Amino acid sequence: MIETSLLFILLVGIFVGGAAGFIGSFMVLKRMALVGDAFTHVALPGMAIALLLHQDPMAGAFIALVIAAIGIWYFEETSRIYPEALVGIFFTTALAIGVLITPEAELLEALFGNIEKITPVEGVLVIALSIVVLLVAYIISKKLMLGVISEELATSIGISKRKIDLIYLLLVATTVTLGIRFVGTLLMGALVIIPAASAKNISGSLGSYYLLSILFGVVSAVAGINLAVLFGVASGPAVVLTSIFLFLTTFVAKKFFRGE
Amino acid sequence: MEQPLLKVSNLFVELEQHRILEDISFEVGRGETLAVVGPNGAGKTVLFRTLLGLIPYKGKIEWIPGVKIGYVPQRFSIEPDLPLTVAEFLKLKGGSPKEIETEISSVGFGKEILNQQIGVLSSGQQQRVLIAWALVGNPDILLFDEPTSGIDIAAGETIYHFLHKLQVGRKLTILLISHDLQVVFQHATKVICLDREQICFGPPKQALDATTLARLFGVELEHHHCEHHD
Repeated sequence: MIETSLLFILLVGIFVGGAAGFIGSFMVLKRMALVGDAFTHVALPGMAIALLLHQDPMAGAFIALVIAAIGIWYFEETSRIYPEALVGIFFTTALAIGVLITPEAELLEALFGNIEKITPVEGVLVIALSIVVLLVAYIISKKLMLGVISEELATSIGISKRKIDLIYLLLVATTVTLGIRFVGTLLMGALVIIPAASAKNISGSLGSYYLLSILFGVVSAVAGINLAVLFGVASGPAVVLTSIFLFLTTFVAKKFFRGE
Repeated sequence: MEQPLLKVSNLFVELEQHRILEDISFEVGRGETLAVVGPNGAGKTVLFRTLLGLIPYKGKIEWIPGVKIGYVPQRFSIEPDLPLTVAEFLKLKGGSPKEIETEISSVGFGKEILNQQIGVLSSGQQQRVLIAWALVGNPDILLFDEPTSGIDIAAGETIYHFLHKLQVGRKLTILLISHDLQVVFQHATKVICLDREQICFGPPKQALDATTLARLFGVELEHHHCEHHD
């Protein structure tokens, strides 16, 4: 394994945390936090199959997530079953199968992340793809947000909500793949959702909500990685617990300042 | 003769194998106000959603080329804690800061409302913000789906006052779903009556006769002005 410095890992973490925070900001407002969380578990069987075939597990995770994204998108439009039920049925099945077929030696780090496995090449690729995710999400952000507020309003000005939703789900798939090394398949959903949920607690405008979602994603990743290194624990739980601390802080602040 | 802004011919809509609209034909010219009336479940909102391209249909819907549509939906349910200001909401349609200020004042608000969260506004205020939204981009035609649904009478009257001002001031074409026949007689130049099929079409005074109203609403209705005596 090529050794990578902590500083480089932190740099990669900043980009992954930022992308996860921004992508999560839409997920929270679309009320698909639970769907999104379960969706991330699909990465596990993808990684397992790739490992069994001696391929890159990240590629396997990405392919599985893209298939799941297209599946959600398709069934949301055509099926009478609620998406939540679909997710409950298929994605938990995927998790169960993933746990069964993932080689035991790889299972823990697939579930909870291992920053030591990040190579320089992988790190650079993750940074580049995070920038792409941020840019594409920014470009579609107005259309995406309008679809969240009212499908009728979006369609009345010529926005194809279906197309925008598909692009968004593919961005989620990419973001989850990028974060798996840091927090693992089981906890990646939390890195996407919790920073945005924290930002929503204290934001009064869309601009501040986006910025705080990104900032909380970055802070969760950076502080979590430092804590993992400091205490010699898995990075996934450390990152997620940091983000939960931010959530509780903003929740208390909301109660205190707004009197809610 | 001027080309109509919208021409609908032999429109049929089916949803889940139920026929919702059957053989609807009408046209609307520039500057006209067309009211769509009918009982609950008559297909009025479905007609609007079909005109907007949200629902598949058979028949012909012909908009004049390059037409700009402003739409105000019946329901606009927004979470009170949605982190979205009025200005940001209007910007989502692509309005410039100057245009946003103009349209928000055209619906009777001061600039200060632009920085308020849209979710904390009253239903009447949200409805006016929606009208401002519809006006951003300088549309040729406005579609209003029961603009006063769910708001009190005073706010409702204000909304109709705005509509009338807009139509006169900007020579806008308006399509309006309304249950209020008083409003239809007062503001509409044409009316289309629906009960899944087309019951009438024409100027309100001619189209909405006693027989048509009885057929539409199932009871004998008579339109009259109320007089108050102190």
